[in-house]
Amino acid sequence: MSDLRELYQELIIDHNRRPRNFYVMEDATQHMNGFNPLCGDKMTVYLKVKNNTVEKASFQGTGCAISMASASLMTESLIGKTVEEAETIFQTFHTLMTGACDTSSHNHLGKLNVLSGVRDYPARVKCATLAWHAMHAALSNEHPDSVTTESLNE
Amino acid sequence: MMLKESNISTTKNTLDVERIRKDFPILERIVHENPLVYFDNAATSQKPRVVIESLQHYYETMNANVHRGVHALSEEATHAYETAREKVQKFLNAASPKEIVFVRGTTEAINLVANTYGRLHFKPGDEIILSEMEHHANIVPWQLLCEQTGALLKVIPMDDKGELQLDVYEKLFNDRTKLVTVTHVSNALGTINPVEWMIKIAHAQGVPVLLDGAQAAPHLAIDVQALDCDFYTLSSHKMYGPMGVGALYVKESILKTLPPYQGGGEMIQWVTFEKTTFHDIPFRFEAGTMPIGDAIAFGVAIDYLTHLDLSLIEEREQALLHYAEEQAKAFKGFRIIGTAHHKASILSFLLDNIHPHDIGTILDHKGIAIRTGHHCAMPVMQHFNVPATARASFAFYNTFEEIDHFFKALHDVQEVFS
Repeated sequence: MSDLRELYQELIIDHNRRPRNFYVMEDATQHMNGFNPLCGDKMTVYLKVKNNTVEKASFQGTGCAISMASASLMTESLIGKTVEEAETIFQTFHTLMTGACDTSSHNHLGKLNVLSGVRDYPARVKCATLAWHAMHAALSNEHPDSVTTESLNE
Repeated sequence: MMLKESNISTTKNTLDVERIRKDFPILERIVHENPLVYFDNAATSQKPRVVIESLQHYYETMNANVHRGVHALSEEATHAYETAREKVQKFLNAASPKEIVFVRGTTEAINLVANTYGRLHFKPGDEIILSEMEHHANIVPWQLLCEQTGALLKVIPMDDKGELQLDVYEKLFNDRTKLVTVTHVSNALGTINPVEWMIKIAHAQGVPVLLDGAQAAPHLAIDVQALDCDFYTLSSHKMYGPMGVGALYVKESILKTLPPYQGGGEMIQWVTFEKTTFHDIPFRFEAGTMPIGDAIAFGVAIDYLTHLDLSLIEEREQALLHYAEEQAKAFKGFRIIGTAHHKASILSFLLDNIHPHDIGTILDHKGIAIRTGHHCAMPVMQHFNVPATARASFAFYNTFEEIDHFFKALHDVQEVFS
């Protein structure tokens, strides 16, 4: 059970049970659907970007505890950030998940570090990054209808 | 309710499971410091030692290409390969080995039928009847064919128990209906469909029937002549044989009318740049070098199953399913998806509001392998309005103690999320 607690930390269980910013944003400036065809999970990420700043971030959808908590924590971390800062957080989080370097260099990710245990579960990394890829696509200039975790090289 | 394996009598009329488990080397594996409990048999079954040894024996003693060589190895390999075909024939009780085509598995078998029978016969507006509980392998090849031919799919709906709505099925037929293609046993729900009756209904309308037997063959005795089906498909790897090989049964009267599926070596009689004449059935459908060692080992797996006795296997697996379902009913928050009257040993389920992926990861920590996801049957998930289910599927080598361990581990899952 101790190993499992590394993955399913209290904060993850809490954000899964009571996801923050979990609503359809009517006045979103951009939104994007994310789809994980391995498990059928679907999420939509909504952003309201004004003056190059993420004023609001929210999401809707279904997913496992890892994907729900990750999406919830992501929305919290984005609010108030500039588009460039949001991109940097995305890149840093992505590196954390794919294990390209050790976690100690990601202290500035704050609460998001609670998800670092996921990188020991390769089958679950796509759960953690689903909402993030949707957010990344929403912020980019290209506008596909949706992103899937399968089209991404992780 | 705890049941000890040693308390189960091992008379002539039941399987000696303790001995059988020793036939499967992988069952000795330790996963995350726990003995492996393998409940993902519907995805692929484990292989007995005789099958693994058969592969090694083939490559160590007779590896050669078949049907062409005049040397000893080629003759031996050809004999062993054609003997494997006869074993599949007898397993299905087909009338002739000519009716058995080796393929990569059920997926290729269905694609073969779609690309030969379908292209030959389907015209714009023709209709193919399939069911809501099909595996993607029995949906997508037909959709591709529909795009090419202008044919249409008609879907037999199912009810909330996971049984097909047979009254609707009967009404789907009209003079444009060209084929019925249904699964014998649902991989996502375990439902055993009343295929004998469904075939009678279709034949009364002059419509041939394909049965996807991937999930049925490991659990049930199959008699294609008694069923009177026109096409039947098998995957070796779900029947304790190697991956990469399977079989397609087609009634000889139909098979001999079909054009080739793929062109190449082995499937021809005479080739010039002007014209090629094709080989007889079934070789016309086996272009290129087939997985010969795998087909031979598939025959060994069939021998193994037949030796154990399929009716005892069925009895054993029904006992495991019944035992698991009884515990499930008493387990708070456990919801079985698929409660058909006739079921194979497949238990698809949801637990509280816990996502199946999380259940799967936590059970894996206890050494228990289950399947989580949509099981390549997304329309089934859509019917039950869930993105995914967890699925435990039992084979005859599983034990009642393993099921106890599984339910104990599910308590731990609930504890993590409590």
